[in-house]
Amino acid sequence: MNAIAEKLPIKPNKNGSLDLSQMEDWFDQRFEEKMEEREANHTPSMTIISTKGTLDMAYPPFILASTAAALGWDVEVFFTFYGLSLLKKDLDLEISPLGNPAMPMKMPFGPEWLRKTDINIPNVVMAGVPGFEKMATGLMKKTMENKGVATIGELRSMCLEAEVKLVACQMTVDLFEMSRDDFIPEIDDWIGAASFLPKAQQADVSLFV
Amino acid sequence: MTTQTATQTLDARNLSCPLPILRTKKALNNMATGELLSIQATDPGSVNDLSAFCQQTGNELVSSETGEGEFIFVIRKT
Repeated sequence: MNAIAEKLPIKPNKNGSLDLSQMEDWFDQRFEEKMEEREANHTPSMTIISTKGTLDMAYPPFILASTAAALGWDVEVFFTFYGLSLLKKDLDLEISPLGNPAMPMKMPFGPEWLRKTDINIPNVVMAGVPGFEKMATGLMKKTMENKGVATIGELRSMCLEAEVKLVACQMTVDLFEMSRDDFIPEIDDWIGAASFLPKAQQADVSLFV
Repeated sequence: MTTQTATQTLDARNLSCPLPILRTKKALNNMATGELLSIQATDPGSVNDLSAFCQQTGNELVSSETGEGEFIFVIRKT
């Protein structure tokens, strides 16, 4: 037996040839082991595109990002268009019940029966009454506080603490003539679609909100 | 059976998803391997979420109990 054959995991038979099916079994087993090893050493990653700037739509990206970070994942959130509002120093987010028919309209205080009643408000009131959105926002914030839901500010801080990368869309800032000074200094980078997509391609999970 | 007392306790009552998980993660960060963390929560979603959290992060969910409108979990940091 020569030196190479000595090292082979499958020994040649007495005719000096190798049994192919034995080789295949050996390969399959090694492949499985290597794949498991790779899986065990792999850090999951997620990228999120955040495009909405209302209070209700600010929750999904920050909840998912902070939770994924807690699970040990690498997370990057790309804020574009109205999503950029979520990176402002001054977080003044509102909800708009108008054109948002699935939003429950409930009172966060008062007797039990009233709290449980979904109040159906005509579009014309939602659109025409001045301050309606301010009021709806106030009620939504109260409901969230009652239920122990974190504020967007808290969730954002927790994301930063957990080293979630928050990146902002340069084009949006130029388009709406915003000033970079209005945004939190923790923004990791100001980028465009061409910089974001390769990261999304590498990620295990990529979401659009 | 020897009962090991929890090294740290976390009060996550009256907090909604994902706060119990985030606070748990934060508490575990400051603990040594093998130490036990006891968590009180009221969010019904935390039962499944904490179990999933442990499975993903490799920490051991020692116990998960339902009391009166309250859940008590014990996690061993690994």
